[in-house]
Amino acid sequence: MMKLSLGPLLYYWSREDTLAFYEAAAGWPVDIVYLGETVCSRRHLLRLSDWLELADRLADAGKEVVLSTLPLIESESDLKALRKLVGNGRHRVEANDFGAVRLCAEAGIAFVAGPTLNVYNPETLAMLAGMGAIRWVPPVEMTHAMLKAMPIPAGMATELFSYGRLPLAYSARCFTARRYNLQKDDCQFKCLEHPEGLTLYTREEQAFLAMNGIQTQSARIYTLAHRVRELADAGVEVLRLSPQYRNMAAVVDHYRNAMTGETADPAALRKFMYADPCDGYWLGKAGADFLPEKAA
Amino acid sequence: MSPKPLLDLICPAGSLPALKAAVDHGADGVYLGLKDNTNARNFAGLNFDEKTLAEGIRYAQGKKKKVLMALNTYPQPATLPRWHQAVDKAATLGIDAVILADPGLMAYARKTHPDLRLHLSVQGSATNYEAINFYRDRFGIQRAVLPRVLSLAQVENVINNTPVEIELFGFGGLCVMVEGRCLLSSYACGDSPNTFGACSPGHAVRWQQTAKGMETRLNGILIDRYADDEKAGYPTLCKGRFEVEGETYYALEEPTSLNSLEMLPEMYRLGVAAIKIEGRQRSPTYVAQVTQVWRAAIDAVKQAPDAFASKATWTAQLVKVSEGSMHTLGAYYRPWK
Repeated sequence: MMKLSLGPLLYYWSREDTLAFYEAAAGWPVDIVYLGETVCSRRHLLRLSDWLELADRLADAGKEVVLSTLPLIESESDLKALRKLVGNGRHRVEANDFGAVRLCAEAGIAFVAGPTLNVYNPETLAMLAGMGAIRWVPPVEMTHAMLKAMPIPAGMATELFSYGRLPLAYSARCFTARRYNLQKDDCQFKCLEHPEGLTLYTREEQAFLAMNGIQTQSARIYTLAHRVRELADAGVEVLRLSPQYRNMAAVVDHYRNAMTGETADPAALRKFMYADPCDGYWLGKAGADFLPEKAA
Repeated sequence: MSPKPLLDLICPAGSLPALKAAVDHGADGVYLGLKDNTNARNFAGLNFDEKTLAEGIRYAQGKKKKVLMALNTYPQPATLPRWHQAVDKAATLGIDAVILADPGLMAYARKTHPDLRLHLSVQGSATNYEAINFYRDRFGIQRAVLPRVLSLAQVENVINNTPVEIELFGFGGLCVMVEGRCLLSSYACGDSPNTFGACSPGHAVRWQQTAKGMETRLNGILIDRYADDEKAGYPTLCKGRFEVEGETYYALEEPTSLNSLEMLPEMYRLGVAAIKIEGRQRSPTYVAQVTQVWRAAIDAVKQAPDAFASKATWTAQLVKVSEGSMHTLGAYYRPWK
């Protein structure tokens, strides 16, 4: 039975908005919820203790809760935060860096191998299984053909990024701060003003990318609801939906309906989206392509 | 046992003439790749086949210089055997070290060729010592190349907490993103460094003179447009001009080169094992000039670290060959971020 997960929140929302979002999420038909900051260590409106409190509430509501680590760990204080998160003692961890994998393995805890670990082949996946990974999230550029050719170790589930602006790149530089000619260390938390990212257009007004602090995303929203059968056929067991500021409940319902066999119409989903869709990666094309009629 | 290396100069060899230029102008080692997508500079006309590889190894090792082979893309289920064969070839030909990014491939190398020296590629995205020590514990890597995202203080913290040698980028094209964690290229055109071995690959590039100016495109996406008095650059997609909230600017990064020459004394003090020069896609002339300058600078630092001053002639020589003729200290200098 396919499951639905709510991926980690990639944006920086006000504390009130964030808490309200997860309050609502407790009632949505999602099986798994990922929590924690996965973009920038300067974002602090929710501390680890706040995330843990949320985690307990969501667990009480029947959700499997996973705490996600930062993909880009640069400083000793980042490592300190990582050790605390891995040692939380209650909830699973999504390791988004091999430093986190090492700490999870040392602690002997089961973990989720996150999308930034760059797992592209069976040998790497088997190694992670041996170290305690119980689920893996392929890189967001994973194609149907590549995934189908991938032998999955026993006891390992595959979770695919299936909805949301694609997290494409990470940098030491903060592009949102740069937009306002601010230095990263004095960013004035400009991300708060862009709860869906800051869209970057080409010089002929084509929406191309979105800046979200040190993360660069696709401007288009990756959409695979109309491909649920292909996903199942390639062994995907969990569909990850990336949180968006508005209409998230409607997006969850759309995916839930698609999973129960209803035909998913991308035009119907588009009403709840703040940008155009894409599905090219799954087809082995440019990620920005949208070819809903084409079979993978 | 040989002494721990300190500021070894590692230079790019995109071809046999470039390899010879690097060796002749003072490189301690060169790095190269095969003519396919097993390495992250998979560009037409670059890299080595069996014959040039054997000749390159003979030439460099004959002059007591090291040859490192980059096999730093991520093999996929269907093509894994080709990466394995490449590792086998490196071991058979006596390559001094292979530069790998994929843990699965490291496992293969360790098991099949236990004596082959392993370096962690920058494409492995290891930015902290826990990650680097992971690769050391599991695969016995002896050196790690750090992504161009850390400040020197952060580099120092890494060095103090791992026995693995640390190699830093010193000069050349600047990735603004963490290497190995950038999929912008495949989003735009289907091919990423991780899977295809190239960013913004030539086959997707179009140059077009229009009434509005020279336009550069990647798979149809407009990366930049140049006025008649501007020099058009290669459309590396993070270095184009884009519009954000009505303002057009280099939203991600200017077309600059990294140049950390003035930080050499600090790198020496920290115990940085090697300095890497970027540019396997560049000409033998570029390699010769850059190698020569860096050789002189490193020798000067080693001789008198406290008295080191970056010479104007060195900088002038480097500026001449730089992308966009502009330089930055990149992430080594905190305000850049």
